[in-house]
Amino acid sequence: MNTKEQKAIVCRDLTKRFGDFVAVDHISFEVERGEIFGFLGANGAGKTTAMRMLCGLSHPTSGQAAVAGFDVYRQQESIKRSIGYMSQKFSLYENLTVLENIEFFGGVYGLSDAKLNRRSERLITTLGLGQEARKMVGSLPLGWKQKLAFSVAVIHDPAIVFLDEPTGGVDPVTRRQFWDLIYEAAGRGITIFVTTHYMDEAEYCNRISIMVDGRVEALDTPGNLKHRFAADSMDEVFYQLARGAKRAAD
Amino acid sequence: MKQLLVFIRKEFYHVFRDRRTLLILFGLPTAQILLFGYALSSEVRNINLGVVDFAKDPASQQIVSRVQSSRYFNLKEAIPTYDAMQRAFRENRIRAALIIPAGFNGDLRHTNRAQVQVIADASDPNAATTITNYLTGIIGDYQRELNATAALPYRIGTETRMLYNPDLNGSLNFIPGVLALILMIVCTTLTSVSVVREKELGTMEVLLVSPFRPILVLIAKATPYLVLSLLDFTLILLLAVFVLDVPVRGSLLLLFAESALFIVCCLSLGLMISNVTASQQVAMLASMMGMMLPTLLFTGFLFPLENMPLPLQWISRVVPARWYYLIVKAIMLKGLGFAAVWKETAVLVGMALALLGVSLRNFKIRLA
Repeated sequence: MNTKEQKAIVCRDLTKRFGDFVAVDHISFEVERGEIFGFLGANGAGKTTAMRMLCGLSHPTSGQAAVAGFDVYRQQESIKRSIGYMSQKFSLYENLTVLENIEFFGGVYGLSDAKLNRRSERLITTLGLGQEARKMVGSLPLGWKQKLAFSVAVIHDPAIVFLDEPTGGVDPVTRRQFWDLIYEAAGRGITIFVTTHYMDEAEYCNRISIMVDGRVEALDTPGNLKHRFAADSMDEVFYQLARGAKRAAD
Repeated sequence: MKQLLVFIRKEFYHVFRDRRTLLILFGLPTAQILLFGYALSSEVRNINLGVVDFAKDPASQQIVSRVQSSRYFNLKEAIPTYDAMQRAFRENRIRAALIIPAGFNGDLRHTNRAQVQVIADASDPNAATTITNYLTGIIGDYQRELNATAALPYRIGTETRMLYNPDLNGSLNFIPGVLALILMIVCTTLTSVSVVREKELGTMEVLLVSPFRPILVLIAKATPYLVLSLLDFTLILLLAVFVLDVPVRGSLLLLFAESALFIVCCLSLGLMISNVTASQQVAMLASMMGMMLPTLLFTGFLFPLENMPLPLQWISRVVPARWYYLIVKAIMLKGLGFAAVWKETAVLVGMALALLGVSLRNFKIRLA
């Protein structure tokens, strides 16, 4: 238990079956506190399912996992209080203003009014949204929405934040700015668990794992992986691994 | 608790910023109430009729046996007194009564003139008119038959009384029905759509990952619509009273309480629909079509339930609106108290609990 508490996430043979289909097949890995951990894989490789199990959205079929030191089977409520989550779909309310969204999610996480005020002020200044604070979120450009969604996902200072393809459909410049926010959060000690399709983003991570057909096929720092696969870029590493996949991407 | 309030406030923001929701909430009822047809007449059969025969002589028995052989009436047991008849009306055991005064035969034979009285429950005015016409017709036939062999013509006068609705105001009948229909549609549609919208947008996932309890999500979703539906109910009631001259004879408080109960039923139905649908369109269709048709058909305000084949009558028993309709009619039009509607109320309470239970359980299953 002691070693578990030092790790942000510990997985042992975590498995999820849907009938005959093994979506996640005995994956094992550990994520250190404060680490930016990239979780890569082709569509249908099982990334989202694995992540949903860690967040408590889905029950594992077998195996063990602890998130922030809490067991995924027995301590879901404690896990929920220690994590933040940003889903693939844009997950703020479009017909609420920026401030109302912040207030709502802060309220859902039970922040006190004083804390909430301080944090929402800081958040709005950091994002440079002073002018837009009272505008409907629906009227903001996508890049800003994503940055706002991320900031809202960490407004309660969680131990770990799960990001499910957070930068889908966003231009490279905005993506870069988005990653600045991630670094800033990691600097505050928040562990980042992020899935992505963009290999340039993979390079920003401290360590990455690559899933193929429900299994973790590789796990290391980007540098070591490139060295091991004698590749110039993460793109190449990913391609070499994913080529062996039997599952059709959806 | 504070979390819940934050959530409920958010739901109100959604409602007041969405023109479509506002339209459904306030436009639909207004239009329905004002447009709904007045003249909805249809043949009435299997009418429960009470006969109060004070005469018990050959002539009265002949009339009774003619009524009995008519295919329109179900003759209830003989009713001995006026009070017993009134009780039967209140308890909905009879829709009409035929009263034959003492000495009917004697009057007829000696003076060639006699009177009978027909009383009908006119809270459904079309049915009441039809019923009195049938009875007057039967008595007219009997009179003609007597006259065929008589030297001096006999005359049997029929005095009719319309109970509860002497003016035969057509709105009286359809207001409770439209009330049930609108509340049913508005509540189920808005609740199911508002839950499904969060699923569609992906915000539901975020909520489920948060420490916010799933059951509170449902409560927070349902609360604003409970409040708004009561507002809707008030709007319809105001329109009914001030535009259509429909009276509220019973207790307003009781009427509100019963409506709140019915609304809870509808909200639970909406939550149930949201559990099994994934897109707003499907949820909307399911709530609008799926709820509108049974409510229209099986509530009894458009098509008399008495006429339906038995299996359909059984189906009508699981339609919450049917019970609510009876309750509203009793309180609003007949001015009756809780004692008259406790059975219907009990049925609605049962339905609300069952629906709420099912929707809560299924919501948890989705988390697994």
